[in-house]
Amino acid sequence: MDRVGVEERAAQLGKRSIKTTAKQQGIRLAVSMLDLTTLEGADTPGKVRHLCAKGVCPAPTMPEIPSVAAICVYSSLVSVAREALQGTGVKTASVATGFPAGQVSLEAKLRDTEDAVAAGADEIDMVISREAFLAGDDTRVQHEIVTVKERCGDAHLKVILETAELGSYDHVRHASMLAMEAGADFVKTSTGKASAGATPGVCLVMLEAIRDYADRTGRIVGFKAAGGVSTSKAALHRLVLVKETLGDEWLTPDRLRIGASSVLNDLLMQYAKTETGRYGRAEDFSKE
Amino acid sequence: MSVRTTVVWDYAPAPESADHVRLKDRYGLFIDGDFSEPASGRFVPSINPATEEPIAEVAYGGPDDVVAAVQSARAAHPKWAALPGLERAKYLFRIARLIQERARELAVVETLDGGKPLRESRDVDIPLAAAHFFHYAGWADKLRYGVNAREVSPLGVVGQIVPWNFPLLMAAWKLAPALACGNVAILKPAETTPLTALLLAEICQEAELPPGVVTVLTGDGDTGAALVRAPGLNKVAFTGSTAVGRDIQAALAGTNIPLTLELGGKSANIVFEDAALDQAVEGIVNGIFFNQGHVCCAGSRLLIQESVHDEVIAKLWQRMRRLRVGDPLDKNTDVGAINSAEQLARIEALVAAGEEEGASRQTIECELPERGYWFAPTLFTDVSPAHRIAVEEIFGPVVSVLTFRTQAEAIEKANNSRYGLAAGIWTDKGAKAFEVASALQAGVVWQNTYNHFDPTAAFGGYKESGFGREGGPAGLRPYLQIVQ
Repeated sequence: MDRVGVEERAAQLGKRSIKTTAKQQGIRLAVSMLDLTTLEGADTPGKVRHLCAKGVCPAPTMPEIPSVAAICVYSSLVSVAREALQGTGVKTASVATGFPAGQVSLEAKLRDTEDAVAAGADEIDMVISREAFLAGDDTRVQHEIVTVKERCGDAHLKVILETAELGSYDHVRHASMLAMEAGADFVKTSTGKASAGATPGVCLVMLEAIRDYADRTGRIVGFKAAGGVSTSKAALHRLVLVKETLGDEWLTPDRLRIGASSVLNDLLMQYAKTETGRYGRAEDFSKE
Repeated sequence: MSVRTTVVWDYAPAPESADHVRLKDRYGLFIDGDFSEPASGRFVPSINPATEEPIAEVAYGGPDDVVAAVQSARAAHPKWAALPGLERAKYLFRIARLIQERARELAVVETLDGGKPLRESRDVDIPLAAAHFFHYAGWADKLRYGVNAREVSPLGVVGQIVPWNFPLLMAAWKLAPALACGNVAILKPAETTPLTALLLAEICQEAELPPGVVTVLTGDGDTGAALVRAPGLNKVAFTGSTAVGRDIQAALAGTNIPLTLELGGKSANIVFEDAALDQAVEGIVNGIFFNQGHVCCAGSRLLIQESVHDEVIAKLWQRMRRLRVGDPLDKNTDVGAINSAEQLARIEALVAAGEEEGASRQTIECELPERGYWFAPTLFTDVSPAHRIAVEEIFGPVVSVLTFRTQAEAIEKANNSRYGLAAGIWTDKGAKAFEVASALQAGVVWQNTYNHFDPTAAFGGYKESGFGREGGPAGLRPYLQIVQ
């Protein structure tokens, strides 16, 4: 991986001009791929229920806006989300394995996963042991993913690399390959708790790894950009990166997710602007 | 899991508006600080190669016009040369700022007139043209420090002929150092792309540059041939084809008029097995499809180490198929129109020769507009070093792929060319990169990048790619004489 080359290419794709119908369609796509997320110590059942309602019907005045893909919460609140999302088609996702640092024993990680699955999570977002990865212990990183995957049962497993802590694009690619070899259904950039998230360069490197892995093995692995995608422009930039690296067939919530908490309202505001021709106000849409 | 329908998400057309562009219907010759009717009385339309529609009429400079141009320039020279460097610098800074102010207009006109994607005229041509004026404005009062603290003086009247691939940028490359050094210049833009040079003439007026310091003499090859032979010239600088370069050198033989030539190329882009391959693929694409391959230093000979040949070709082909070919004004277009019908015919002839000689051709499938001149990005594999497509400059979006086994073979093959303008090296090994770079006979060697230009770096060729350097302190030398 050549850092300069990666970042140039990623930045170049940020210059695609997405206007009129392409912008509307792109925004609808981005909403349908959202993992609407709340991961705070102060999360309560009430807050989660509000977020679920927002996710199912993001903009009652614009019925063409689809539901988000999933609501992502801590494992203790999975049952609340599960109930609120019953019959809506929106998935319940849970972070697990000692999120966000992952600095707990494997037993604790597995228990965390089992709890989330038992409470009804459709999707598990696990973190890799950066501590093991940076120490060069690939075997342990891989073993943890394999074991967590076993405990997931039917739930889909997203493996968070926390790329900001990996130190180089070579490491990002290597970690992506490790996770895919170990059975990840999705590879995901970040927890959203580190200094940087799904930067364009990181996204590009991971997408190229997914493409090369699919070319080699035939297995399709999804991609989730999370962390720092807080504007419509940034969300559309991620879609462009996917479209021009992996192709249109990747532009579906089965293969692409955007993890975010604040981007949804910006998408709605930008969408409303394409309809009315004027920028709205933040208060035009409910926070959750 | 509910399966949602897959949507094909395509970018809607995003054409840059040309409404703000105020071109005149016809442009005279820019002589003595003003536009005037040509003595020839002839005007020739400049054509938009993407639509074949005329954009504006441009004066044709004949022999009498050349004489008038040289006269005006000669008269302007003493005063300009006598100005303190700091004062000349002020004019150049002003021109640079005016280019920035009118950047959007210049980008649109460059794209209309030449067919290059707006993305490139907006992000490369125009900003770099301004950067060259800024750079040489800074040199104007420090010339002696660019030539080892010797006393210097300007040469006088310089004739400068620029090509159609980077019309404004090449004009900037030529004018900025010439003016900074105290020369006055007669610029002959290319026949198919004169418009931005004429806008630059307007900018010179706006900057209140003294009359005669910059002359813009439009016309065709005959105008250029008359210019280089005109009595009263003290220096000739030419960028263009090797054939014309040869003719100019013959015309100047036996005179004491110094010459700078920047000619063709068949530059080697060398990909070693230890390169970051995805970034190398980007570099290959940027090396050959940038400006439809109308780049003298284009990486048109791709040398790939055999061990990674198949992988690189697979990645390259996948990447090529995503190139967006079409309306140059669309902000999402990657590859625009071929500059002229003549150039298109040249590309088609060489590609046909490649097929006849037995190389394997792959051309991407894309919808091309019905009118205008177009050629879809093309890849030739199974190319032998003896094939015409491996030897001759195609000057189009066509890359010829050769393979090598060892570092020594890569160097040997890269240097096995009558040209020597540029080269690219793709490797993660620092020592190897430096070893290979020192062994290459090329004026510019890029490592892990390609087609990057910077006003501080020297640019120029070995062998039949020409002589003399443009850019950076080295670019001052061709416009100065050492007094003591």
